[in-house]
Amino acid sequence: MKNTFSSELSQKVASMLESGEVQLVIGYEEGTKRPRPCFISDAADAGKLIFDERCTGNLTVYLTKKELIGDSKVVVTASYFALRSILRLLTENQVNLEKLVVLTVSAEGHLIQFETTDDIAAFIKSAPVPAREDDQVLMQKLEAMSREERWEFWSEELSKCFKCYACRAACPMCYCTKCVVEENRPQWIQPWASTLANIEWHINRAMHMTGRCSDCGACGSACPLGLPVHLLSKKITEEVETSFGMNLNDTLQGGNALSTFKPEDKETFIK
Amino acid sequence: MEKRFISQPSLVRWLDKLNSEGKHIYAPVKKGGERVDFGRISSVDQVSFDHVQTTQSAKSVAFPRTEVLFSYQKEKGKVQLDNFDPEKMPSTVVFGLHPCDAAAFNPLTAIFSWNSRDELYDARLERTFIVTFSCTKADESCFCTSVNGGPGNTTGSDIQLTPVKEGFLVEILTEKGIALVKANEDCFEADRGEVKEDYLAKLPLKFDVKAVQERLNTAFDSPIWKKQSQRCLGCGACAFVCPTCACFDIQEDAHGAKGKRLRCWDSCGFALFTLHTSGHNPREVQAQRWRQRLLHKFSYMPERLSVRGCTGCGRCSRACPVDMNISEHLGSI
Ligand code: SF4
Ligand code: SF4
Ligand code: SF4
Ligand code: SF4
Repeated sequence: MKNTFSSELSQKVASMLESGEVQLVIGYEEGTKRPRPCFISDAADAGKLIFDERCTGNLTVYLTKKELIGDSKVVVTASYFALRSILRLLTENQVNLEKLVVLTVSAEGHLIQFETTDDIAAFIKSAPVPAREDDQVLMQKLEAMSREERWEFWSEELSKCFKCYACRAACPMCYCTKCVVEENRPQWIQPWASTLANIEWHINRAMHMTGRCSDCGACGSACPLGLPVHLLSKKITEEVETSFGMNLNDTLQGGNALSTFKPEDKETFIK
Repeated sequence: MEKRFISQPSLVRWLDKLNSEGKHIYAPVKKGGERVDFGRISSVDQVSFDHVQTTQSAKSVAFPRTEVLFSYQKEKGKVQLDNFDPEKMPSTVVFGLHPCDAAAFNPLTAIFSWNSRDELYDARLERTFIVTFSCTKADESCFCTSVNGGPGNTTGSDIQLTPVKEGFLVEILTEKGIALVKANEDCFEADRGEVKEDYLAKLPLKFDVKAVQERLNTAFDSPIWKKQSQRCLGCGACAFVCPTCACFDIQEDAHGAKGKRLRCWDSCGFALFTLHTSGHNPREVQAQRWRQRLLHKFSYMPERLSVRGCTGCGRCSRACPVDMNISEHLGSI
């Protein structure tokens, strides 16, 4: 399915690669069943790039991989949620906009290249949030449950987790070079798979996502066992929004819910 | 090898009987959406027959995700060790797995008996009966025929069933298979002379495994690993769903004076894989880890153990969040 939009994209990145303005393009190509990430450093390969409504995977996960990117200036084709991740990564000083060309496609099908973070923020605000119906249905089901029922639901689901850590690997916000589950002196989290140890791991991951998750759902869609783990971070994101008044879309202004001090915070111990 | 026939109602009866004998029966069951995975069943009705492949392999019956090697208790300078107890392991029938999964017990066993036999693995496998279903369909990730397997391959099966008209063609392949049939003779009828091949999936070759192996022998320093591994995220999904991946990590579940020593699955995709205490890691970057995955399966194992570490089940390709399609990669080497 090669649309005119994709060829506009291919032409654009080909000329950027040719002029030497950028050295690497992180985009999508056709995969076995659906589009998959691809990396292009030669203008001659730009033709295989696609960017359509099926390209929902979050490519920003690669932006913090030093061994991949090195010193290159990089183009990334960003889906709606990937733009949120980029804002987040910018806030956390993990990416440098001077080394990055962010492209997306507008609802009308135009190729957009962002100049500033404010442009990205403004775009996210104005663009409609892509609907994910299955998630909404399951969220509503979970909300309607009693605490006990919810505990049972998550214990049952998480007992299946075999700790492949694909959820962690696919998450653009999980960029630590050493993860807490790999720490063994002291061992904060039991690294083997068992119901309790799995719950420990997922509560920890959700806590580490507090106020940072971009709600992209990549963790859940990466899980080979189909565990809806993205709903844990989604829920915690909503909680941050109601409790701290921090909206995902105000990322840059809001800072990070758990590490930002404001004089008007209710807690008095720090004053 | 003896051939028999079993009708659908008799199959139900047979599994009921195995179940009432106290055998644990694991079979593919629907897990919502397109997902099918192994679960313990009590009746044939729960079994999924129309899927291409289960998400996970059957290897965990012999090599569980987390297993206790032994437990210990210290008291006033004395240590009491409790070894695993094979008597507590249930007699298990894995029912309805596909030929690629059954064939995978060969390489697994080769690994677990490389220098010395692994008693725990042996004990589990000894108590396991493998009843495969030959494949009547395949998908774009399957490539068993390219690694000398096939939709009707019987390697590793104690019994193989092929769905034919009104029931199943039964091939009884091992002593264990004979025992399973003998105890329930009345469920089985005489062979109807059905030709198995007429019912099997057709799966064209995706690559020439001999040629691939030869190229791999000199590919250690090839730039192809870097190119292929670019999109790999370094998770453990491919290794964890693989029926032949056997890397493990030893962990200690210690609580003061008592504890357990555990064996847990590991993956060559993880950044910590082969990290030495010195801080040196011989496989420092993802390209080296990806190379390890392919060379281990298609070069080192054939060389040292005379078995290939891949049976073409295609699970790693299906599970990979970024579509690292292994047969495509192998074909392009
Ligand atoms: S936690 Fe999940 S939903 Fe949130 S940013 Fe990470 S991958 Fe996306
Ligand atoms: S991807 Fe799924 S199975 Fe793997 S660690 Fe995450 S939740 Fe567990
Ligand atoms: S090949 Fe895929 S499943 Fe395997 S480690 Fe890489 S990203 Fe994970
Ligand atoms: S390497 Fe992939 S295709 Fe081969 S046996 Fe393992 S999971 Fe199956």
